[in-house]
Amino acid sequence: MPREVMEGSQAVARVVANCDVKVIAAYPITPQTHIVQELAKMHADSVIDCEYINVEAEFSAISAILGATAAGARSFTATCSQGLALMHEVVFAAAGMRIPLVMVIANRALSAPINIWNDHQDSMAERDSGWIQLYCENVQEVVDSVVQAYKIAEHKDVLLPVMVCMDGFYLTHVYEPVEIPSKEKVVKFLGKFSYPYKLDPKKPVTMGPLAFPADYARLRKQLAEAVWNSKEIVRKVHDDYAKRFGRSYGDGFLEVYGDGSKAIVAMGSMCGTIKHMIDKDELEDVSLIRVRTFRPFPKDEIRDVLKDKDTVIVMEKNISLGNAGAVYLEVKDALYDEKRKPKIVNFIVGLGGVDVNRPTIKYVVEKAEKVKSGFVEIVDGNEISASY
Amino acid sequence: MGIGLKQFAPGHRTCAGCGSAIVFRHVLEALGNDVIICQATGCMEVTTTPYPETSFKVPWIHVVFENAASVASGVKRALKAQGNNHTRVVAMGGDGGMIDIGFGAVSGALERGEDIIIIVYDTEAYSNTGLQRSGGTPFGASTTTSPAGKKIPGKQEWKKNIAMLAVMHGAKYVATANPAFWADLQAKVKKAYKLEGGPRLIHIYAPCPVGWHVEPSKTIKVARLAVETGLWMLYEVEEGKLKINYKPKEFKPVEDYFKLQGRFKHLLSRKDIMEKIESHIKEWWETMEKVEEEGVNLLKMI
Repeated sequence: MPREVMEGSQAVARVVANCDVKVIAAYPITPQTHIVQELAKMHADSVIDCEYINVEAEFSAISAILGATAAGARSFTATCSQGLALMHEVVFAAAGMRIPLVMVIANRALSAPINIWNDHQDSMAERDSGWIQLYCENVQEVVDSVVQAYKIAEHKDVLLPVMVCMDGFYLTHVYEPVEIPSKEKVVKFLGKFSYPYKLDPKKPVTMGPLAFPADYARLRKQLAEAVWNSKEIVRKVHDDYAKRFGRSYGDGFLEVYGDGSKAIVAMGSMCGTIKHMIDKDELEDVSLIRVRTFRPFPKDEIRDVLKDKDTVIVMEKNISLGNAGAVYLEVKDALYDEKRKPKIVNFIVGLGGVDVNRPTIKYVVEKAEKVKSGFVEIVDGNEISASY
Repeated sequence: MGIGLKQFAPGHRTCAGCGSAIVFRHVLEALGNDVIICQATGCMEVTTTPYPETSFKVPWIHVVFENAASVASGVKRALKAQGNNHTRVVAMGGDGGMIDIGFGAVSGALERGEDIIIIVYDTEAYSNTGLQRSGGTPFGASTTTSPAGKKIPGKQEWKKNIAMLAVMHGAKYVATANPAFWADLQAKVKKAYKLEGGPRLIHIYAPCPVGWHVEPSKTIKVARLAVETGLWMLYEVEEGKLKINYKPKEFKPVEDYFKLQGRFKHLLSRKDIMEKIESHIKEWWETMEKVEEEGVNLLKMI
């Protein structure tokens, strides 16, 4: 298939259409709008043969696709920020009910103050929900991850919902050359969707019952184990996809770029800038560890790639208020049992769309040299103009 | 075989005399087995599905409190996309789940013209959590969050009218029902079953003996009195035309209804409030009868 230049949101819509999706529920929120608009147009033009539900709120968007999936139809929705926060209650219920949903998150900051620009606070706030979370660097990866997400979610040993996270504006509104895998190939890869416990009058099931403490604890334990165990399938699906479609993203969990003794750990589109700076020798002795799969967290893999580094610099677009960045805390946890521990520091960058540009990355790497392990800083952008 | 037992098994944990359980048996029997029920959180979800048991012999899904109508929308569209045009999809919830917290979802489904049946069984309060005030609670009723106090005599607002709200959304069929008039209730559910291609909503009175402080053996007696006093009107609106299904020859005094229920006891000595309620009923009936007589097409109001 040839590569075409198109907007990130259009690419998402086109790959969703090729996944043989039967029900789409949509509610607009910036910067997700271009995705659902494109799908609406494809539906209106009969390019995609599916039901399109214009719901009255995000809460109903996720509720409708949950119902549709439980009734045996592969479904789709996309949202971000306030919309994802509004969905929160159903986000947890979907994982607990083991409904294999796929949702694209056009990552955007959370209120207040209200802000439409990119950071990762919205999806990171859902990290404890039981969803698998994939964070993408570029549009091509979003396209490939959407296909993989359905394959992972619907796997009989997984049956968990998946969020494909793409940076709002940076990826939703960017024009990039991208290859959209053909419907024929995608459908062959995914197979026909067949939810094993679907709502069917011929074989009635009760879904979403009340569980008393002992059953609740047992079922939540099963859910926790399912999320941990999904790692194997995330890797397998990534590898199978690579074989069939010719594109891979590290080992499916992490992408290692360069071999410098100072490792930047980061997620999403800012990794492109970091890679560029490594290529241009703008950063001395720096490598990049890009976390693609944040849930399940690739603890062993991250420990293996970081244990021999001298410095670990976690740059991330979220903060667990009252402590530090969520990625930093988990990376630190992964390294705890190592005898030789690298120095580890945390920089919260890009909140509410503050540009994570080359001066920012340079500032972070230089500052990391000067501070002690455990240092945490929120970079609001004003430091950069003062220093560079 | 008893009413609705092919769809709704006994052994569930509802209270003695539960009006909602009686409503469920009639609704589910009238619907038959080619249905999928989408249930809101509430008494009728926690009492019927204590894992690993279930009362439901038809496919049933519960997700959260406020999304039954949205889940039902998704289920129906999924069936349609798979070529199943026969299975009926039903959103069921109480007054809390459908009139209050889930009203947005109900409104959305009505506005979109979803091909679903919406059943609102109305216990006139949050029964599941200990009878707190809801939008469905009637004027003057004492609930745990609108208690009859020394100064404030119970709820000071009138009941939210979900049936007329559904009419104003342009719903295909809207009806009210009451378990004391069970043949009428089942006929309305069957009519909703038959009418396809748009939303049908049935608002059903469902006494909560524990919450209302009513003797469990008096559930149906109270339900009947609600109709005989004129407080609960049985009507339907089809293609915009109102039809009142039952007109008591003479309204029984509201006092007869109130004195059987602890939630209204404090009003019996308040002649001013009793008169206010009775005149409210009178004006409501006069208006509704006028609409019926004149054949007003309510859909032309929107």
